[in-house]
Amino acid sequence: MSLPIIEVNDLHMYFPLASQGIFSRVKGFNKAVNGVSFSINPGETLGLVGESGCGKSTVGRAILKLYEPTSGSIKFEGEDVTNYSTSEMKPLRTKMQMIFQDPYSSLNPRHTVGSIIAASYEIQKITPQGGVKKAVQELMERVGLNPEHYNRYPHEFSGGQRQRIGIARALALKPKFIVCDEAVSALDVSIQAQVINLLADLRDDFGLSYLFIAHDLSIVQHISDRVAVMYLGKIVELATVDEIYNSPHHPYTKALLSAVPIPDPIEERKREQIVLSGDLPNPANPPKGCVFNTRCWKAKDICFTTEPELLQVGKSQVVCHFPE
Amino acid sequence: MTLLEVKNLSVEFPTADGRVHAVHDISFEVNAGETLAIVGESGSGKTVTNLALMGLIPLRTADVTGSAKFESHDGVIDLIKINRKDLQKYRGRDVAMIFQDPMSSLHPFYSIGDQIIEAHQIHNQVDLKVSKARAIELLELVGIQGAAERIKAFPHQFSGGMRQRVMIAMALVNNPSLLIADEPTTALDVTVQAQIMKLLSDLQSELKMAMILITHDMGVVANAADRVNVMYAGRIVESANVNELYANPSMPYTQGLLASVPRMDRAHTDRLPTIPGQPPSMIELPTGCSFNPRCTRQGEVGGTKCQEQMPELTLRGESHLARCFIGESA
Repeated sequence: MSLPIIEVNDLHMYFPLASQGIFSRVKGFNKAVNGVSFSINPGETLGLVGESGCGKSTVGRAILKLYEPTSGSIKFEGEDVTNYSTSEMKPLRTKMQMIFQDPYSSLNPRHTVGSIIAASYEIQKITPQGGVKKAVQELMERVGLNPEHYNRYPHEFSGGQRQRIGIARALALKPKFIVCDEAVSALDVSIQAQVINLLADLRDDFGLSYLFIAHDLSIVQHISDRVAVMYLGKIVELATVDEIYNSPHHPYTKALLSAVPIPDPIEERKREQIVLSGDLPNPANPPKGCVFNTRCWKAKDICFTTEPELLQVGKSQVVCHFPE
Repeated sequence: MTLLEVKNLSVEFPTADGRVHAVHDISFEVNAGETLAIVGESGSGKTVTNLALMGLIPLRTADVTGSAKFESHDGVIDLIKINRKDLQKYRGRDVAMIFQDPMSSLHPFYSIGDQIIEAHQIHNQVDLKVSKARAIELLELVGIQGAAERIKAFPHQFSGGMRQRVMIAMALVNNPSLLIADEPTTALDVTVQAQIMKLLSDLQSELKMAMILITHDMGVVANAADRVNVMYAGRIVESANVNELYANPSMPYTQGLLASVPRMDRAHTDRLPTIPGQPPSMIELPTGCSFNPRCTRQGEVGGTKCQEQMPELTLRGESHLARCFIGESA
């Protein structure tokens, strides 16, 4: 088997919490990512799901080195980039890109679409074959935009079209790996389906690998090969998409899946729903033992004292004392 | 019993670029105790419809026409024609609203208790203590533990889901007969969404309250609605009871909308069916049927009828209306 495109080992990302006042001291850490390991193979899409605040976006940003990870290692095509400086990272950035959630704030309103997409070439000092303008227009056409709109500004486009601009920008340098951070969450249902299809086509055409971060489980299921479920800075279950959705082993995965309403009134009303009580605990002060113990209906004494180890249950990796 | 009867409601905003026909001649009814869902994409007019009913559209910026007869505690009133000052007697008492974003719809300077007590005081000439007791009662009802203490807390001390519970408590403080919930769970996580939707349905059956649920999530509709109005470009394009709508969608837009939602309970397909194109500009609506530039079934109508004529809402079955030339009985 070929080398994984991304290999993350025991990644930790802590953000210092300062006390108030002028002479602020660090009084604790927000443990946004607390020991996460996974790998992504070439051409594969790994879905990363979880509630807001579970650290899924932080994982995406940390592996692109947009944050300086606290500890752990990140390997890109076998190369350990964990301690690379900004300038050491720069040549690698042609191979890894990101698509952001909000198509309104991730495009500079003062730049034309053409210059937004062309910025990648400029920064990396690359001249594509046939010149920048031709390359940009080809990209625009590929993502379903009218290449004649090269000189227009972002405000002249709708949300779905803007997201296509963001995708064209990410594709400009022919990357191998793209982090899609809630790439379709801000879009309307009918537009969402168009963009999802586009992302799937691009993956197949260019052999891309995605880390697909989203909170919408039905979309993650649609696009992913494998899925990792995160809770409070940790991955609690990792398995192939069919495993996760057909036989979830972690109680949290079960609850998360059961919370998604099915768009069919007859089936929706006869199925049994697990409604979790409470909210996500504070990541600065995670519960002792298993992080899910405050909301878990299966929790026993051991869950409050001992952190569960990673178990192999069938084809899934589960972190739970009592997997289903 | 009909609680609310909306007839020929239109809302237009004159702008420098032209008139925006946000809501175009819509009529519907809400019966006591039922849940009517209004679904559609952003810009389809679902929020404006309900802001108009609540008298929250500034009259100097918009033309609101039509009528909305509402059965209030002291007789039938017209929510559209009534003087805005008189409307204050009913708003928050007979009709209440919860908004999409619980982060920005609570006042950050006042404790949640003060905000709920204010809502009670406006409509009841009672002692502050009575209002306070009522606020605590409501907070307990919406599942906030230690309500007597938490009443002094400020909005920033609550999570998104808890703030939405506070919003619900505030809306229900005067026992309204109609609750308008504008995307009440869109900003929340799925696990919290499940909590809030369950809470709303429990409260609804307990308090015998009708609800207009505005949402774009077809799953939430399937879970909570009795009847559904589908809106597109400011018009109702289909209206039916929930089981009928999901089983026999008659308007191509509804069909496309239902098909383009990925479903976890179905086998995984490679491509999602999509609706091509994008919603039209509300200033320059296409001639004929507003959906015609995106419709893939125009061939079945033939000719240029869809580009020339706006289809009427016609009956497709028992209380099932749709706006499309296809399947119209001659």
